Parts: sequence; structure tokens; C-alpha cells
Amino acid sequence: MAKIQLNGKKISIKPKTTILVLLKKFKLNNKKVAIEHNGIIVPKSNFKKKYLKNNDKLEVVHFIGGG
Amino acid sequence: MEEGRLKKDVFIVANKKLKSRLIVGTGKYKDFKETALAVKESGADMVTVAVRRVNILDKRKPILTDYLSPKKITYLPNTAGCFNSKDALRTLRLAREMGGWKLVKLEVLGDKKTLYPNMIETLKSTKVLVKEGFKVMVYCTDDPLLAKKLEDSGASAIMPLASPIGSGLGIQNKVNISLIIKQSKVPVIVDAGIGTASDATIAMEMGCDGVLINSAIANAKNPIRMARAFKNAVISGRDSYLSGRMKKNFFASPSSPRRGLI
Repeated sequence: MAKIQLNGKKISIKPKTTILVLLKKFKLNNKKVAIEHNGIIVPKSNFKKKYLKNNDKLEVVHFIGGG
Repeated sequence: MEEGRLKKDVFIVANKKLKSRLIVGTGKYKDFKETALAVKESGADMVTVAVRRVNILDKRKPILTDYLSPKKITYLPNTAGCFNSKDALRTLRLAREMGGWKLVKLEVLGDKKTLYPNMIETLKSTKVLVKEGFKVMVYCTDDPLLAKKLEDSGASAIMPLASPIGSGLGIQNKVNISLIIKQSKVPVIVDAGIGTASDATIAMEMGCDGVLINSAIANAKNPIRMARAFKNAVISGRDSYLSGRMKKNFFASPSSPRRGLI
């Protein structure tokens, strides 16, 4: 198990989890989010290539109402 | 019939043709259903949206894009809540990654109480974003000098405040807004502080290219009807501006001819 921070919350994930797998686990549509991995934006095309490791910090954002 | 003979008035921002000169915000509504209804009634074809963390615990939470399709309406991602250039840039780079949005609204705030823009950080961010290929619509103070500097830095639209965000105080400094309109070659869109429909008409009659409204619609008792009021207010103000108002006179001038009086 690896421990990562997802949107500021600590969670445990299985080893060799990719961003895409994590998004699926949380039922998030990969087309409707943008992701920052340890402070660096991950292009959508790399979601399935990017493996998560211990102590990684992940920010998943989307659009909400705003003025 | 008459309308067909009038010259068509097109509104272009950053090479994008818009049908409506009213841009609306999507915040502060009761729910997304109300947001969608108000947007529809406003006739706006561009809406501002914010970028925030996904709530990972609540998987069934409704999402904005399900109610307002970015395919049908232009999303204008903003940087609301950002108090420095670094955060604003980070937000807009994420927004661009989300769906390829290059047209964005930059707002870098400087004070929590007044939400007054920090123009030093705003100017700095504009330059970086333009360099990175963004089309930047910039929320700013109503200072003509700074507005000019923004335009010179490549801003796609100048968006001076009428009064503080969400205050509903209307246009507080008409002279400055007029000066900005006169000097700008890019669209000038009054953003923030509009309180009611007539405020929007005044802005348009002054020659603004458009207005951006959120609180005045969302905080109205009936937001959906108010959305329509703003739609009509903006159309009226624009037509009034294009028509060229009559001169003001100190004395009366009868509307009916004197000749043929019985």
C-alpha cells in the first residue's frame, strides 16, 4: 500500500495505481477534471501512464459555479 | 421588419463572436437548476466559472457541466479567490488543461474586505499569460492608466469594476469608465458591482462593449426574471448608445406641431 494525499486528504492506494485507475475508483470523469501531480500539471494523455507512489500529492480540480 | 434594416451589431472578444453583450457569472445560485434557468433566460452565450477541488468524498454531488454544457455555451474560467500571481497562473493553467480553454478571465485580488484587484500582480500575470498563448480578459480597477498598461500588455478585454464585487452599488466613477472606453481598442466590459438592470443600461449607454453580472441576478428575489431584465437592459442600453441620444435642453420643446391649431 502507498499513502498519498488527494485534495489534501490522506488516502491509501494499491501499489502500481495510475492516475486513471484512481479516477475510476472515485468515479470521476477524466474528461471533466484537471490534475496536478506534485505541483506539476499532468496532461490528460498521461493519466494512464502516470503511476502514483508513496507521499505523492495529487490535486484534482473541476469547474464549479463562479462569478 | 424595422430590425432587418438596422445594421447588425456584432460583439467580438478575442476573435470570438458573441450574440449577447451580457456575460453572466454562475456563482451564488440556489442550485445548478436555477443557474441553468437563469443563464438561459439571460440570453448570455458566455459564462464565468471557477476552478476548485473536486469533492472526492461525495461522489453523487451534481456537477456544473451536467447542467450547462460547455459545448453550447462558452466557459470563461476565472481566478476568483486568488490573491497573488502564482495562484492565478496555476488556476488558469489547470483550466486550460481541463478542456483546452485559452480564453480566460484573470482576477487577482488584493484585499479580502473590498475584493479590490491587486493591479501589480494583475499586470504581472497578464504578461505571463499572454506569453503562454492565453487570451486574457482582465478584471481591473477603473484607473485609465493601468487599463492602458493592461491593453499594451496584450489583454483581450479590459474589465473595470463598477464598484466592489457583490456590492450592488452600481457605477461609482463614470468619468473613469468613460476615459477607459475612449482610450481602449479592445472591448471594455464592466465587471462587478452592478446592482440592478438600469445600472447595466447606464454602462451600455456610456459605450461599454458589455457587462458581466453575477450577484445582481443570483441575489435577486427572482433570479430567473432578473436574468431576463438584464438581457433587455443590455440590449436597450446598447441600442440607445448606437442611436445617439438627443441633446439636453433647459426649456421645453413641444412634441406636437403648433401649425393648424384650432
